[in-house]
Amino acid sequence: MIWMRECEVAVVGGGPAGLSAALEASTLGAEVVVLDRDDGPGGQLIKQTHRFFGSRAQHAGVRGIDIPDILTEEATEQGVEMIFGAEVAGYYPDGVLTFKKDQKWCKLRPERVIFCTGASERFLAFPGSDLPGVYGAGAVQTLMNVHGVRPGQRVLMVGAGNIGLIVSYQLLQAGVDVVAIVEAAFDIGGYAVHASKVRRLGVPIMTRHTVTRAHGQQQVEGATLMQLDEDWDPVEGTEQYVDCEAICLAVGLNPLAELMWQAGCSMAWIPQLGGYVPICDEDLQTTVEGVYVAGDASGVEEASSAMMEGRLAGLGCAHSLDRVDSDRYRQRREELLHELAALRSGPTGAKIREGLQKMQQAQPLRQVLVEGSDC
Amino acid sequence: MLKRTGIACSEDIERARPDETRRKQGPVAWIECFREIPCDPCHDACRVGAIEEFSDINDLPCIDHEACTGCGLCVAACPGLAIFVIDETHSETQALLALPHEFTPLPDAGDEVVLMTRSGQEAGYGRVHRVQAPRAFDRTAVIWVIIPQDLVEQVRAIKPLHQVIDEEGGEKQ
Ligand SMILES: Cc1cc2nc3c(=O)[nH]c(=O)nc-3n(C[C@H](O)[C@H](O)[C@H](O)COP(=O)(O)OP(=O)(O)OC[C@H]3O[C@@H](n4cnc5c(N)ncnc54)[C@H](O)[C@@H]3O)c2cc1C
Ligand code: SF4
Ligand code: SF4
Repeated sequence: MIWMRECEVAVVGGGPAGLSAALEASTLGAEVVVLDRDDGPGGQLIKQTHRFFGSRAQHAGVRGIDIPDILTEEATEQGVEMIFGAEVAGYYPDGVLTFKKDQKWCKLRPERVIFCTGASERFLAFPGSDLPGVYGAGAVQTLMNVHGVRPGQRVLMVGAGNIGLIVSYQLLQAGVDVVAIVEAAFDIGGYAVHASKVRRLGVPIMTRHTVTRAHGQQQVEGATLMQLDEDWDPVEGTEQYVDCEAICLAVGLNPLAELMWQAGCSMAWIPQLGGYVPICDEDLQTTVEGVYVAGDASGVEEASSAMMEGRLAGLGCAHSLDRVDSDRYRQRREELLHELAALRSGPTGAKIREGLQKMQQAQPLRQVLVEGSDC
Repeated sequence: MLKRTGIACSEDIERARPDETRRKQGPVAWIECFREIPCDPCHDACRVGAIEEFSDINDLPCIDHEACTGCGLCVAACPGLAIFVIDETHSETQALLALPHEFTPLPDAGDEVVLMTRSGQEAGYGRVHRVQAPRAFDRTAVIWVIIPQDLVEQVRAIKPLHQVIDEEGGEKQ
């Protein structure tokens, strides 16, 4: 049986961005349905056992794992409908979303849609990288913090961005030995405070180093590390063997943008935002009217900014549905834009600011492709 | 260097260190948050207003050591685990160091612990003086450890002995 219904706003993804979008739109009176393929709300947050940064408006000081409950409770109070175990597989030109729920394909036709699908992990290829025991950092976090399973007793971490540093700390908390954190860049990418807290617990952080091989027959038993030269090539003679049962890759994320490609949104390649992202305006509306984006899907950043973006997208939808008068809309929009700008204003926001600037100048890729195929 | 190794250098520490007179008057916070990040819960945590309000959330925290009472509330509230309280008046040869600790099981008062420096080197043993872990601290305990006076600038973490024994004894699961 095909299930088909309509709603005002559909939010795809129930992470911090999606929950905030739903909350904002529903508070202003819009009818909202959230679809998420996971079994519950929260997205990445359900694995973040550490306290968050940001300010009070973004729940700073609260542990990531506790934020979904706060948002879900408010959203439920506002009458947001949430459907879990619902993987959205398509968005059609007539504005119909298709999702799979309990082995059935269901349809939803929303007047507005907000894509808050998050991001997917990047992988690194090297000899042996297909051995069991080579994990993405997200998988390690899921194993440990959702299922309570250690990935191994000795782990090598690749990548010293915030994710690599935080997952290393969580591994230590789980009683796992982190043999080293290797980072190809000159500097540690993550916050200094995160680096210091793993360093003082005895974990070496090796910048200008990479993993060149995973060893083992049936599974990872060790790894070779090498130093990198000015051209980012491994330096002969610097090979160093480390004994480890797992290698955890924390080498970055790409926005999950497939559904927006399908929707016909103009996309741009912006490395500072993590890869292909939909071009959008300050309300987070893409180049397709009624299609919005928020959170990591619009550029890989932080949960704090994902929540602010979600709010903006929700507000934009409600406004376009005539649920909020222009004065209130403008005032709230200013508030949110101000908070977002504050979050991004410091040195840690430099990359994002560069990316957003690029977005403003971006050549819409779809149009370029179409024009190209004309001649 | 902090951005290459994660270890703060002496110029950084210089900025965190309260002045000599204040240090001789009892417990006081050392805020070791040296790079600008969008974060401000330390300001909200301080009941006596010793940590200035942030005009820009990316600013470095600014503390008035004279106003600070060394209560330790900010130690538990800082998501960067970057604040320590040091009481150099504990005894002639020993100081009290309050540090954030997020490893279970928590040590008990009286337990001997391994002292770890900023670079993760073991620097002898200390004894737990007091453990604060009320609900309000939300799973970040503040452990007050008795350490030698000459290590107040170096020691920034502890390893409870049961943890050390597990590692060496090879309790593998
Ligand atoms: C280790 C680690 C530490 C972090 N620490 C911090 C921190 O301290 N502070 C901070 O602010 N941020 C932190 N972040 C970043 C933060 O978790 C993310 O930026 C944030 O979760 C992004 O929110 P989102 O809602 O855009 O995406 P997500 O949280 O990824 O949520 C996306 C949701 O969409 C769903 N979804 C995707 N595709 C589909 C589909 N086709 N159909 C249905 N559902 C779909 C997913 O199931 C998921 O629930 C950290 C991230 C990691 C990995
Ligand atoms: S130790 Fe107490 S008084 Fe001192 S800054 Fe921290 S919270 Fe304020
Ligand atoms: S709460 Fe901690 S990490 Fe955040 S600004 Fe204050 S000292 Fe720095």
